[in-house]
Amino acid sequence: MEVPTLVALAVDPVPWARAQMAFTLACHIILVPLGVSWTFLTLVANYRALRHDDPDALLLAQRWSKYMAVTFAVGAVTGTVLSFEFGLLWPRFMGRWGEAFGVPFAFEGIFFFTEAIFIAIYIFGWRRLRPWTHFWTGVPIVLAGLLGSVSVVAANAWMNAPSGFTLDAQGNVVEVDPVQVIFNDAMPLQAAHMVVAAYVVGGFLIASVYATGMLRGRRDRYHRLGFTIAFTVAAVMTPVQMGVGDALARWVYDEQPTKFAAIELVPKTSSAVPETLLGHLDSDGQVQGGLPIPGLASWLSDPSTGRSTVVQGLDAVPADTRPTTSQVNTVHLAWDVMVGLGTALFLLALWYAAGWAFRRRMPQGRTFLALAAAAGPLAVVTLEAGWIVTEVGRQPWIVYQRMRVEDAATTNSGVVITFIVVCLLYLLGAVALVLVLRAMSRRFRRGGGFTDDDAPYGPSAPAEQREEASVP
Amino acid sequence: MTTVVATVLLLVLTAYVVFGGADFGAGLWDLTAGDADKGARPRAVVEHGIGPVWEANHVWLIFVFVIAWTAFPEAYASITLTLFVPLTLAALGIVLRGAGFAFRKVVVQTRYRRWFGAAFAASSVLVPYCLGAVAGGIASGRVPAGGRAGDPVDSWINPTSVVVGVLGVALVAWLAAVYLVWVARRVGDAEMVQYFRRRALVSGLLVAALLVVAAVVLSSDATYVFDGLTSRAAPLAVVGVLGLGGALTLLTLDALRGVRLLGVVTVAALVLAGGVAMWPYLLPTSLEVSAAAAPDGTLTTVLVAAAVAVVIVVPGFVLLYVLDQRDLLEEEGVADVADPV
Ligand code: HDD
Ligand code: HEM
Ligand code: HEM
Repeated sequence: MEVPTLVALAVDPVPWARAQMAFTLACHIILVPLGVSWTFLTLVANYRALRHDDPDALLLAQRWSKYMAVTFAVGAVTGTVLSFEFGLLWPRFMGRWGEAFGVPFAFEGIFFFTEAIFIAIYIFGWRRLRPWTHFWTGVPIVLAGLLGSVSVVAANAWMNAPSGFTLDAQGNVVEVDPVQVIFNDAMPLQAAHMVVAAYVVGGFLIASVYATGMLRGRRDRYHRLGFTIAFTVAAVMTPVQMGVGDALARWVYDEQPTKFAAIELVPKTSSAVPETLLGHLDSDGQVQGGLPIPGLASWLSDPSTGRSTVVQGLDAVPADTRPTTSQVNTVHLAWDVMVGLGTALFLLALWYAAGWAFRRRMPQGRTFLALAAAAGPLAVVTLEAGWIVTEVGRQPWIVYQRMRVEDAATTNSGVVITFIVVCLLYLLGAVALVLVLRAMSRRFRRGGGFTDDDAPYGPSAPAEQREEASVP
Repeated sequence: MTTVVATVLLLVLTAYVVFGGADFGAGLWDLTAGDADKGARPRAVVEHGIGPVWEANHVWLIFVFVIAWTAFPEAYASITLTLFVPLTLAALGIVLRGAGFAFRKVVVQTRYRRWFGAAFAASSVLVPYCLGAVAGGIASGRVPAGGRAGDPVDSWINPTSVVVGVLGVALVAWLAAVYLVWVARRVGDAEMVQYFRRRALVSGLLVAALLVVAAVVLSSDATYVFDGLTSRAAPLAVVGVLGLGGALTLLTLDALRGVRLLGVVTVAALVLAGGVAMWPYLLPTSLEVSAAAAPDGTLTTVLVAAAVAVVIVVPGFVLLYVLDQRDLLEEEGVADVADPV
């Protein structure tokens, strides 16, 4: 039986499947840093509160745990959509490689389970558990968040450096070495880069909320403390991130030369390759515009051979096994954005450190606070740009040199519709999330009207009391 | 080893239906609780019942997916290619439900609460129906083997899918009602105990009627599974039916003590019966479990992960349930200083 509506929509599902995957992942990844690092920040505040009997820190920890409940729930939902999508959008990929690619997810599931359990205990246990016991129930969340994201990134890294399997003559996977799958070549650096990114982004994002508050004149100790905890963690992590990123770039130079050529905008294999800031490839594959810094790309790729380091160009592989010109331009632009913003964030972190080093307090000026307020959203942009480098730079492969994207996608042309519906739903969800978080913070600030339970799970108030609460 | 992995998959699926299913059913009672005034009390019991464990219950489904795609990738590809529509609807339903649930509690104004509440409740019906329809499509042999797409429409709009979908909705509604009777008893709200007892009775009778309909439909539309249910899986099916009968009797007599346990036993037995009835097939009758399985290395990993999960997750889960049921996880955790005293 053929379906008329599906025939009418006889479009190519591949671009839509890609668009939907990219869109939903890009949304999910914004919530991930909060899931990974916010608990840590909360525990820092919680520790301070218990150790130094600091009421401001206690209040911060308690409020953060309530916001976390909301962002974690939304992260869980968007994550569940992703697990549906692996099958719905890439059935042929999962059918062929599921036995290898799926391995890290078996462990990721455990970590998320642990995270979900302890986050519920931590959020709801404030009053009834003993203070230090309660503090310790937060620690598994930090560990599980870390290991959970490492597992997911291990799967993504496997797509960059597939290993740990044996194929038969027909190309079917006949044997799997799970350790080799998880600890593939790309995994250590990519996972480290992601985890550090989670702390950078989470820290800057939360600090930016308090920076905004301080700009609006709320310069009390509570706001300063909230800012300091979050910003300090981010500031410490930023240089680490640059170091890991540098190592990762050299890994790409060695193992994915085509992606590297796209990153550095190198059409022809050569030495003394300039680091081109901005600029793009024209339709003939020539570099146009931009600001070339002579020899820097070669030098960075391998300082030991300096400017004479040879960088493989895009022309080294056939056109159908490398990203298209527009994809190359996307990758290069995303790269410039990541490194540019990463450097900017690092400079901001230096400013902050200088303030503490020379004046024993954080910089107080409006310029600094305005930049700090912008740093959160900019860190998110940096993170997204990094993923675009990784994903688009790997094109046309879904599994590097093993499977092409068009061979992996679903054959259901209905993807167009799901793409549109998903975009609309996520848009509504994003608006709702922002409004809800703002409403929470207003209510905290107003100091009243916070009669209702604010976390997304169950209350335990007697029914009568709740009845009054929910009928304002 | 294949058999063990398939068993683990079935057990995890059962856990999802028993734990997650009740959450969906609770959403259905939320939907039918009436306007804001009248519905406030039942809704309070529902929210109390879903409680802090909502998030954790949800992860069972992820385990189902992960085991399916890792251990049985080819069958998984066939299923997702063929049953694209109901699976997509279920995914969208899960988004709506999660977001609606998460936000509704935070929003104070009744107007917005109602929107989020509606999203939460409506999708609570959509998801069990769609997942039931998926199960029906698989059970009735409408998903081909070999990572190929079957019929995109008939695979989920067919007698078995419809009846299993409706049964799914009724079953989770019943389970939730039984569970909510217990919650209402715990918070000492006698009126709500009766409220949910009536609903448990009605939905339980509906489940019984649907089981009869399902038997008739399956006997002609899903013959392999029907034969299985009347032979291999017969003991489990009988346990399910007896459990249902027992629970209904206790509900009628207003002897509410063991009802919750019987509810869980019934639902678990029915799901397990369905799984055992399909044996040895994963996709009756085109793909056997043994033929569908991934290489040994992968299966070992899945089993190791399952064992680790038992060691790590189960104690945590038990702790969460115990804390919750002893009311140690109070309200939103802690009152804010900004709260009016
Ligand atoms: C706040 C976030 C952030 C910051 C400041 C940086 N990155 Fe990054 N980068 C990411 C966030 C990120 C990321 C989003 O997390 C990616 C995507 C995939 C991954 O593993 O990390 C990434 C990918 C990524 C890749 C691609 C890896 C691949 O394709 O396998 C390279 C080469 C770098 N980064 C290098 C750098 C360098 C040299 C930086 C120095 C300024 C840098 N990153 C700062
Ligand atoms: C600790 C931080 C994270 C949280 C709280 C989080 C939340 C979730 C949740 C709850 C799920 C549902 C599946 C499950 O529970 O297993 C999920 C799945 C997923 N997440 Fe995240 N996530 C995190 C880290 C990441 C990272 C770092 C990435 C990618 C870079 C990512 C990408 C995905 C993908 C691809 C899935 C679907 C795979 C699956 O079903 O297992 N997540 N996430
Ligand atoms: C969260 C950060 C991520 C972002 C922003 C992201 C972004 C993208 C983008 C832009 C594409 C489309 C590429 C193109 O059309 O040229 C894509 C494709 C894809 N990504 Fe990612 N990705 C992320 C993480 C992941 C992770 C963690 C996984 C798996 C574990 C993954 C799996 C895929 C798959 C299967 C595709 C489709 C094939 C392809 O086009 O390469 N992505 N992603």
